[in-house]
Amino acid sequence: AGQPHKRRRTSEPSEIEERLESLICRVGEKSHSSLESNLEGLAGVLEADLPNYKSKILRILCTVARLLPEKLTVYTTLVGLLNARNYNFGGEFVEAMIRQLKECLKVNMYNEAVHLVRFLSDLVNCHVIAAPSMVAMFENFVSVTQEEDVPQVRCDWYMFAFLSSLPWVGKELYEKKDAEMDRLLSQTESYLKRRQKIHVPMLQVWTADKPHPQEEYLDCLWSQIQKLKKDRWQERHILRPYLAFDSVLCEALQHNLPPFTPPPHTEDSVYPMPRVIFRMFDYTDDPEGPVMPGSHSVERFVIEENLHCIIKSHWKERKTCAAQLLSYPGNNKIPLNYHIVEVIFAELFQLPSPPHIEVMYTTLLIELCKLQPGSLPQVLAQATEMLYMRLDTMNTTCVDSINWFSHHLSNFQFRWSWEDWSDCLTQDLEKPKPKFVREVLEKCMRLSYHQRIIDIVPASFSVLSPANPVCIYKYGDESNRSLPGYTVALCLTIAIKNKASNDEIFSILKDVPNPNQDDDDGEGFSFNPLKIEVFVQTLLHLAAKSFSHSFSALAKFHEVFKTLAESDEGKLHVLRVVYEVWKNHPQMIAVLVDKMIRTQIVDCAAVANWIFSSELAHDFTRFYIWEILHSTIRKMNKHVLKIHKELEETKARLARQHKRRDSDDDDDDDDRSTDREDGPLEEQIERLQEKVESAQSEQKNLFLVIFQRFIMLLTEHLVRCETGGIDVFTPWYKSCIERLQQIFLQHHQIIQQYMVTLENLLFTAELDHHILAVFQQFCALQA
Amino acid sequence: AMSAGGTLSILRSDSYAELSQYRDQHFRGTRYDQERLLRKSCTLYVGNLSFYTTEEQIHELFSKSGDIKKVIMGLDKVKKTACGFCFVEYYARGDAENAMRYINGTRLDDRIIRTDWDAGFKEGRQYGRGRSGGQVRDEYRQDYDAGRGGYGKTVQ
Repeated sequence: AGQPHKRRRTSEPSEIEERLESLICRVGEKSHSSLESNLEGLAGVLEADLPNYKSKILRILCTVARLLPEKLTVYTTLVGLLNARNYNFGGEFVEAMIRQLKECLKVNMYNEAVHLVRFLSDLVNCHVIAAPSMVAMFENFVSVTQEEDVPQVRCDWYMFAFLSSLPWVGKELYEKKDAEMDRLLSQTESYLKRRQKIHVPMLQVWTADKPHPQEEYLDCLWSQIQKLKKDRWQERHILRPYLAFDSVLCEALQHNLPPFTPPPHTEDSVYPMPRVIFRMFDYTDDPEGPVMPGSHSVERFVIEENLHCIIKSHWKERKTCAAQLLSYPGNNKIPLNYHIVEVIFAELFQLPSPPHIEVMYTTLLIELCKLQPGSLPQVLAQATEMLYMRLDTMNTTCVDSINWFSHHLSNFQFRWSWEDWSDCLTQDLEKPKPKFVREVLEKCMRLSYHQRIIDIVPASFSVLSPANPVCIYKYGDESNRSLPGYTVALCLTIAIKNKASNDEIFSILKDVPNPNQDDDDGEGFSFNPLKIEVFVQTLLHLAAKSFSHSFSALAKFHEVFKTLAESDEGKLHVLRVVYEVWKNHPQMIAVLVDKMIRTQIVDCAAVANWIFSSELAHDFTRFYIWEILHSTIRKMNKHVLKIHKELEETKARLARQHKRRDSDDDDDDDDRSTDREDGPLEEQIERLQEKVESAQSEQKNLFLVIFQRFIMLLTEHLVRCETGGIDVFTPWYKSCIERLQQIFLQHHQIIQQYMVTLENLLFTAELDHHILAVFQQFCALQA
Repeated sequence: AMSAGGTLSILRSDSYAELSQYRDQHFRGTRYDQERLLRKSCTLYVGNLSFYTTEEQIHELFSKSGDIKKVIMGLDKVKKTACGFCFVEYYARGDAENAMRYINGTRLDDRIIRTDWDAGFKEGRQYGRGRSGGQVRDEYRQDYDAGRGGYGKTVQ
């Protein structure tokens, strides 16, 4: 760019496209000249390329508009310059953008559609699009709020697309069409007043409003736009390269946007979920540095949007991501490190779930610390301290995400000023602060070893230190010889050490009496809890050395397990015994349960029932229990998807087979022979169809069991409190109700399928209003 | 056609998940076969572990990128004790990719560990290939590493 146009050698079309893409995407990077002169040069190069490569250039620019929103104004400037040089190109670009916008809306790509709308609106500033036609488009957007019988989330999106463009173009539109804009803003205000916000509590990270209210995203944006208007639309944060080209651009002819009718709502439309804006810092948190823009300033909105977009663009490349975040143009006018940390935690704590895998954020923060070792670690420490101090009102699901902290510490020799947190030592162990410290220490231990944890915390913290993860074998001591089954346990131990087979184990176990004698069906294989006890205790004890040893044991004696755990009670009892043996080692419990599900020794419903059983009540609020439950649900979901995929693939094969028969092709002998080998596809499809239905039924049953048990547990608590006159909101209750919310949120797409059943069977009007509220909030999410 | 689905090559960049230059010299098969297996593998080789790092620690760390199918500890061929490497197999390739992106180059047991694609575990590959029984790198290194048996074998 900037060089005189040279005659090109003939290159492959894809090479040319790559080169154009690179020129456009990297404009201004690694250049000694200013961004403006780079843009001018690039505009010249592209203008010269238009006769031959117009469609490629159009496609690249449209894609850049959609996927690089953090560089919005750079590319609107470029388009502005091109339009000034070539009016027709400008028109074609606008048309292409509209086509792309319609396409995005059709396939539910709403986040990318917002970027396109913003791009179009900034093109007004570049004299590519006439302001009145942009206002007209926004009028059509806002009128969506008048549609009847459409989900609120649909209206929300069009409102968001309008409002979130105003930081860029509000000034220009207001200058040209103030009456129309005032009308739009007044319609906005009345929509925002009447829309329902039942869903908000479910999405808030903290339940308290102090020090920073967790605002619903549209409310926050509206406050920001109102303030912008009050400031006469003066916005000083956004970099606008087009200002340098004002003399050139204002000579350009503008285009009118074609009238844009929002595509109608359909059954298949899926709109973005509502959000709550996460805030943890304000101007008081960095007294030495630049002032942090207020929560209702439009600068705050723009900074946050751009930082989120950078993460979205570069999440796979952690070093690039960190570098891009740190080079966000702030001209030292904003406390960038604070914004970055806040935005990262916003994503980590986002409900229902973070946009990216949790471990990405841990590693990104480490990369940021490496690049800014003198400043970022301190901000992170400050943030951690704040999160700790506000634990009492933090949503339980979000508290889990603070386990990035244990992983983070493991990268820094577990160095932390634990004494600063000694206030939690005097609190009840179930309270959020001591609970959090316990969970962190347990997680730290998993990444190191027990003695290490004892060594890193002050002696006073021993009450919160994790148990030594040793196995508890009830038949281990001579003193236990009076226990029923003791001798059989000894027998089994010797047999297993001598590499006994499954059959030999069966014959040893035959002699174990059944305490439920009357339930014996005479076959000898009915539920015998003592058999299960003796076998599982002994085997797990022998295999206690490592995960691999335990997995081998499960595999070797799979037959015995399957037989003993054939009934539902059998499955439940196996799980109980696993817990009894390994209650000091939650990690081991989790991997054993995982293995037993995968090898079909127990099923998902058994695990769910076990988690809600009275034996586990003591551990019910511990993090590992919920890890196990969510892992179990995920396995169930993946299983359903897998069989579904198999079914679709087989159907596709059948379709191809029919096509081949119809086309009378003789030279595809290979395909024909494999068709014959696989057996009639129709039969396969029928079998798979049954498998899918059975899996889906199992999946639905799993969720129903979970919801049912939650309702029972919560109702019990509520009744007990009301009759006893005690306050309902105990730490246990808060944890339990938020875990119920977490189930809804994390698996919302699947649960949506069960709405009718849930409404009619479980979450009926007779239910206590505390529990019903959770269901109603969930319904409100996509309403 | 202005489809909503295209992307940009700068956004496709995924350098952490790419194949490295290393190719196992003991691999039975062509270079082509090996690379094909590496590109669809769900198994990672993990190196620079301490001899004292346990399967449990490895499982905890690598579970952060997805469900683990199997961990196979690397063993000294003579002593049959851990010699500082392992294999981690995931059920899904995507989970292995995330491990390459976010766990590779971070610490486990206070050591920076390194992950790389592996063509797949085969019996025998759990043993070190150094003359003394451990890994080759521990034969010849000159430095003292408390977590990996002290000095290199030739120095000892």
